[in-house]
Amino acid sequence: MIEVRQLNKSFGSHQILEEVSFQIEKGESVVILGRSGGGKSVLLKHLIGLLRPDSGHVLIEGEDIVRMNERSLLRVRHKFGMLFQSAALFDSMTVEENVAFAFRQDRVIKPVEIGRKVAEVLDLVDLPGVGKKKPSELSGGMRKRVGLARAIVDRPEIVLYDEPTTGLDPIVSDSIDRLILRVRDHLDVTTVVVTHDMRTARRCGQRIFLLHNKRIYATGTADEIFNSTDPILRQFVDGVSDPKEAIF
Amino acid sequence: MIQQGKSLITDALEGLGRLTMLARECFVSLITAKVSWRDLLYQIYFTGVKSQSVVLITGAFTGMVLGAQTYFQFHKVRMDTATLAVVGVSMCSELGPVLTGLMVAGRVGAAIAAEIGTMRVTEQIDALRTLATHPVDYLVVPRLLALHVALPLLTIEAITVGIGAGYVVGVFLLGIDPVYSWHNMLKYTDVSDLMVGLIKSVIFGGIVALIGCYKGMNCGEGAEGVGRATTEAVVYSSITILITNFFLTMTLGRMLS
Repeated sequence: MIEVRQLNKSFGSHQILEEVSFQIEKGESVVILGRSGGGKSVLLKHLIGLLRPDSGHVLIEGEDIVRMNERSLLRVRHKFGMLFQSAALFDSMTVEENVAFAFRQDRVIKPVEIGRKVAEVLDLVDLPGVGKKKPSELSGGMRKRVGLARAIVDRPEIVLYDEPTTGLDPIVSDSIDRLILRVRDHLDVTTVVVTHDMRTARRCGQRIFLLHNKRIYATGTADEIFNSTDPILRQFVDGVSDPKEAIF
Repeated sequence: MIQQGKSLITDALEGLGRLTMLARECFVSLITAKVSWRDLLYQIYFTGVKSQSVVLITGAFTGMVLGAQTYFQFHKVRMDTATLAVVGVSMCSELGPVLTGLMVAGRVGAAIAAEIGTMRVTEQIDALRTLATHPVDYLVVPRLLALHVALPLLTIEAITVGIGAGYVVGVFLLGIDPVYSWHNMLKYTDVSDLMVGLIKSVIFGGIVALIGCYKGMNCGEGAEGVGRATTEAVVYSSITILITNFFLTMTLGRMLS
């Protein structure tokens, strides 16, 4: 369903991704792990065409989106839903308006039907009755839920999560993890989660990719990654810093 | 020094190229995408209705000062009754559109750049794109159309109030003969002067919208980036309006006179 071939990306002289290649099958749930600032979000944004690579290909159901212009990409993006790290809710709109945004230009669906779909998806993310609130009135966890509701209301085939639990307490993080699984099972979607939260990775990843030194360093099931004896993987899984390395 | 100069020229040309690409994308959007009437009406309300007080005050006091200054000069050569004619022509073809454009650039251009810039740094524009919405269709085109509609209407208001205020100052404060001065104004202020003003205002509306949107969509990161984009939107819009005005005056003056 998603195929990345020899992707390279630099910002100025700083190379972020180097010859990154992988495939994600339909219905699969993949977690991309990596250090902060290691290029995970950059990689995720390439999957939906928000960033363009310096070279390489991104194929969505066999269609290379790298060559598409912004207007052609709109058609492909109907297949996607994306939850941003900051939720990226439209702050001038209410929760209902945010969630219903996908239907804004769809004049075929009646407003009553849109209202029903919005209420249904807000129920799915455990947020009934907040439709009239503004994003500024919501907590961090609620904002992420609304962001997710907005991403899945139009029944996408692929849902991308950019650091879904960053900045949330462990209990809210746990509820977001459960929600990711519920959405995956309920809507039968392909899921790609970018995170450095090991608990999220273990729970949500049928397959885990470790992005290290600009490349996909390791791929495997959650058990394979978490039980690996590879020093780089162990360092990441156990969360041990190297005293010789300056990490801030 | 030479390198710095080259870099400045390159940046300026690059910016101009991107602005042209944005204008082209707006044109494509107008042909291919549906404009939301709700968004358009809201933008007309925000850019037009909400700017009225600023434009009316500007128009009124400009007309009053122009009337008074013209009278003081013309009175020396006993041409008092030509005062309103100068006010009429100046307000219609130059001061009305230019001052309205500058005031709207300050109020609306800054607001557009700040709003879109904030959306950019908070990933809201990326969110729009993931929701299969082209940012130009949703953010730029309604603002561009709204300013194309609102600025000529605001200019007409400024012209009307400016001439009225000039009349009040001339006739009631400085004692000019009302009948002769009104007659002279109608005699020397041609429809073509008003047309020049309206054509200019439509073009200035496009300048304010495009530069405001461009600066917002390409702003730097963080609060500093948004602040800089807002300032640049106002400065560049104002300068562009003043420079464009000269060329429009020369071109339209020859075409319509």
